Amino acid sequence: MEAVIVGVGLHPFGRFPGKSAMDMAADAVRAALADAGVGWPQVQAGFVGSLEVYNPDAIVGRLGLTGVPLRGVFNGCATAGTALAMAARAIETGEHDLTIAIGMDKHPRGAFAADPSVAGLPSWYGQTGMYLTTHFFGMKINRYMHDHGITEQTLARVAAKNFRNASGNDKAWRRTPLSVAEILASPVLNYPLRQFMYCGPDEGAGAVVLCRADQANRYAGRPVRVRGCALRSRRIGAFEVQSPSVPAGDQAPGPTVDASREAYEIAGIGPQDVAVAQLQDTDAGSEIIHLAENGLCKDGEQERMIADGETEIGGRLPVNTDGGLIGNGEPIGASGLRQIHELVLQLRGAAGARQVPGEPAVGYAHLYGAPGVSAVTVLST
Amino acid sequence: MTVRPMTGARQIPVADGLFTWPSGRPRLIGARCAACGLVGFPAGSACERCGGTEVTQHLLPDRGTLWTFTTQDFRPPSPPYDGADTPATFQPYALGYVELAGEVMVEARLTEPDPARLAIGQPMRLAIVPYTVLADGTEVMTFAFAPAGESTASAPEET
Repeated sequence: MEAVIVGVGLHPFGRFPGKSAMDMAADAVRAALADAGVGWPQVQAGFVGSLEVYNPDAIVGRLGLTGVPLRGVFNGCATAGTALAMAARAIETGEHDLTIAIGMDKHPRGAFAADPSVAGLPSWYGQTGMYLTTHFFGMKINRYMHDHGITEQTLARVAAKNFRNASGNDKAWRRTPLSVAEILASPVLNYPLRQFMYCGPDEGAGAVVLCRADQANRYAGRPVRVRGCALRSRRIGAFEVQSPSVPAGDQAPGPTVDASREAYEIAGIGPQDVAVAQLQDTDAGSEIIHLAENGLCKDGEQERMIADGETEIGGRLPVNTDGGLIGNGEPIGASGLRQIHELVLQLRGAAGARQVPGEPAVGYAHLYGAPGVSAVTVLST
Repeated sequence: MTVRPMTGARQIPVADGLFTWPSGRPRLIGARCAACGLVGFPAGSACERCGGTEVTQHLLPDRGTLWTFTTQDFRPPSPPYDGADTPATFQPYALGYVELAGEVMVEARLTEPDPARLAIGQPMRLAIVPYTVLADGTEVMTFAFAPAGESTASAPEET
């Protein structure tokens, strides 16, 4: 039995002093339930993810203690991909008729900080200043630019696009448009990546309500089909974040490539069919690389595509139409549900000023993060 | 392991079992899987490729080429970073992956902090360098790679 999305809810992303992640998530759940036209007691099962909230399943205390099985999930930046995939799977297997995926987070300012032991890495890796995700992205795009002729100008154009898209999104965090020149004038954080080319950890929450496709007419929200979900971890030989060493020689594709191929195959949909995409833009370089890793272009083609505006709203393949991570920041547990929220609005034709023209029929969501894990979701009308 | 150079501060390695030191020609200590032959770094208890748990110590080549690099222009979150600097005194450093003679690519600090003086493909060699100083003046040493041809006190050219 196919799963369809009948309700989406998103708490704005940004900084909300005095408001807990769980309160934001409760707002997002109420919005998603209202969108679907259902009450919390009708929800039969759910999956909830967070980095900062140790027991995100405690949200039942704010929604009603119905005894619903609510399972905690975590896969770093791909957490929400897992929450959504599991909520869809619970319907596909016939176990449940109505499920929910929830994500929430409230991060302190600045780069993510943790002891390397949480990722199975030795203490010296952190002591000497290598247990960071940001410098990996600098190294990956530096090599990619060398191999495929991508310029710094293109990095800045991607960031400018995402800030511009965010400026038209009242739920986004960074809504002030920045020019290519302003982005190129910001300080380098990890060469060649500059301050305004990075997303920042922030706060927010999202929720998605799913049901059996044959029961979608019982609910208010116009249904969007979940066509394929895949999650893959890194293979030996892939160049991945938080890796003190990588085997020399021919490299293996990253987990994005593997998850992408699997999701397309499950969906029976190819990259040429994608009308709107949400790609993990931890930084501008990541969006460029992920275009190719998700099969949406060839390596090196991005230089021309982006100069020609193909990834703009109104372009051939709009990417990160709500501002992406650069415009919204990244509350880890919620970030992927923001992507799904945006795709559902786009596929319903309800995205307002940032609506992709031409009635997009296929939406694509991609997450990537430590320790080399990627989740892909393919949606369609 | 402690070293007390005649002219300088007491020095200790950031971790045991990471590199052979003190030595006229230090080497990184990796591991080779007895089952599949994969070389990894640092030496762990299991092979990343096949999961084999029989691994033997394998000293890595101390020369290689720079596969990619970046800079660290802001002070990393501390902890876990334990540099003695502050956000105000922090000195940016570079990092890269150095491909060692077709065996393995190792992530390391680079001794050259200026990205304009680094290039993908350039020859590099291992150096053991201080990265922080303890309250009593002891220097804590870690591994880094230097553009080949640049000399450092603790990694002299092979004679």
